[in-house]
Amino acid sequence: MSILVVIVALAGCGGQGDEELLVSAAASLAGAFAEIEGAFEDARPDVDVVLNFGGSSTLREQILGGAPVDVFASANMSNMDAVVAAGQTVGAPRVFAFNTLEIAVPAGNPGSVDGLDDFSDDGLLLGLCAEAVPCGELAREALSTAGVTAAIDTNEPDVRALLAKIEAGELDAGIIYVTDVTSAGGTVEGIAIPEDVNVTAECSIAVLAGAANHQIANAFIDMVLSDEGQAILSEYGFSSQ
Amino acid sequence: MTNRRVIRRPPALVLLLGAVGLALFVVPLAGLLWRTPWSDLPTLITSSMVTDALGISLVASVSATVFSALVGVPLAWLLARVEFPGRRLVRGLVLLPLVLPPVVGGAALLFALGRRGMVGEPLYEQTGLVLPFSIWGVILATTFVAMPFLVITVEGALRNFDERYESAAASLGAGRWTVLRRVTLPMIGPSVMAGLTLTWARAFGEFGATITFAGNLPGRTQTLPLAVFVALESDRAVAVAISLLMVVVSLAVLIALRERWWKVL
Repeated sequence: MSILVVIVALAGCGGQGDEELLVSAAASLAGAFAEIEGAFEDARPDVDVVLNFGGSSTLREQILGGAPVDVFASANMSNMDAVVAAGQTVGAPRVFAFNTLEIAVPAGNPGSVDGLDDFSDDGLLLGLCAEAVPCGELAREALSTAGVTAAIDTNEPDVRALLAKIEAGELDAGIIYVTDVTSAGGTVEGIAIPEDVNVTAECSIAVLAGAANHQIANAFIDMVLSDEGQAILSEYGFSSQ
Repeated sequence: MTNRRVIRRPPALVLLLGAVGLALFVVPLAGLLWRTPWSDLPTLITSSMVTDALGISLVASVSATVFSALVGVPLAWLLARVEFPGRRLVRGLVLLPLVLPPVVGGAALLFALGRRGMVGEPLYEQTGLVLPFSIWGVILATTFVAMPFLVITVEGALRNFDERYESAAASLGAGRWTVLRRVTLPMIGPSVMAGLTLTWARAFGEFGATITFAGNLPGRTQTLPLAVFVALESDRAVAVAISLLMVVVSLAVLIALRERWWKVL
C-alpha cells in the first residue's frame, strides 16, 4: 500500500516537462529537507524535487518493495545498510549529519518530568517511536543504558506522530530527536539526556539503483553536503560531527 | 431467480473488464499466499503478539458493532422517517467517515476527546477518564469509522420499505412500539444484519483512526492491523502470517453471513 501511495504521489505531481527527483527522507529531516528542496530548485529550476517523508524503516520497505525512489536519506545507518545489502544503492552512502535524543514534554511540563527515570512511572502517559523506527531503537538503547524499565503507553509509527501527541498534551513525555524539539518551537520543552547514556544517530544519504537520472540525484546529495545544505541542517539542530 | 434471463455467453468486453476487476482483488491475495511461510505458520500465529492483537481486535470490533447497533439503528430511523430541517446535511455528516481519511478521523477524535480535547479535558478533570491509549479509545475510533455502514444500509432499507404495512398494523390497534418490534424490525432485519456485518468487517480492519487516537501498545491497544504495520518493518514473516489470519477470519464471516443475509444488498 505504501508503494502505491508513492506512485500516486508521483503521478499527482506531474510538472510541465520538469525532470522529477523523488527523495524519500526520514520524518526527522522534514523541516531541513523542505528548505534544502527550495535551495536546490532555485539552483536547478529544471528539476522538481518531490519529498516523501516517513519513518526510515517504512521508507526502507518501500524501496525494497520496488518504489521508484531516486534518493534515500535515512535517520540512521541500519536502515541504509539494509538497502545497501539489497544492492539497491549506487556508490557508498554518505553520512551528512548527526542527531541526538532529548526528552520532550508538552509546554509547561504538566507531568513534572525531569529525566529518563520518569519513564518507569506508570502514572504518566509516555510514548516512544516504534522499535523498528530509528528514534525508537535509539530511545530504547538510551533507556537500557540508563537502566530504566520503561512503562510505555504507545509506540508511534514515526517521530512526527510522537511529537504531535506530545504537542497536543496527550502524552506527558516522549523521547525524540533534539532536532524535533528545535523545530517544534515553543510547543514542547526539551529535557537533556546525560551524554553518557545518550545515543548519536548518523543520518546517511545515497543514490538508489533505480534512479531515473543519477546526475540530478548526485547533484541533490552534493547540495545536502554543501556549506549551504549544512547551514540549513545546523539551523534545525543537526550537528556536523 | 427462476424468471431471470440466463445469458449463456456474456459479451467479450464485459467479460474482459470484469476479469480485470476480479484480478485486482485476487492478485494481491495470491501475493500474500505466495509469501506465506507455511511451515512456520502455526508458531507465528500463536505467538503472544498475535494472540493479544487478535483478542483486542475481536473485543474492539464486536463492541463497535454492538454500540453501532444501539445508536446507529435509531439514527437511521430518524433519518429515514422524520422530516427535519438540515436532514441532508446530517445525512452527509453521518456518511463523512466513509470517505474521510481515517487518520483525519483519528486526529479529530483526539482534538475532541483527548485528555486535552474539547470534551475530553472536562471529562478527564471530572472523572479521571482518559480515552486515548486505552481499549475505549480503540472502540471509539473503530465505531466512528465503521458505524456509517450500518446507518446507510438500514436507512436505505427503511426508505424502500412500504409504510402501509406499518399503517395497517397501527389501524388494527397495534401501538407504536408493537409496530416497530413486530412489523418494522422483522422486515428490515436482513438489512440490519447486512449492515452489522459490514460494520463489523470495517471495524475489524480499522487502522488509521485507531493508531492516531488510541496509539499502539501490544496487549492494550494494538489490534491486528496495527500489529501487521509494526511487523512489516521488523519481521515480515509475522506480518504475512497476521495478514493471512485477517483474510481468513474476515472471509469466513463475510461468506457465512452472506448466505443468510446479504441477498438484500
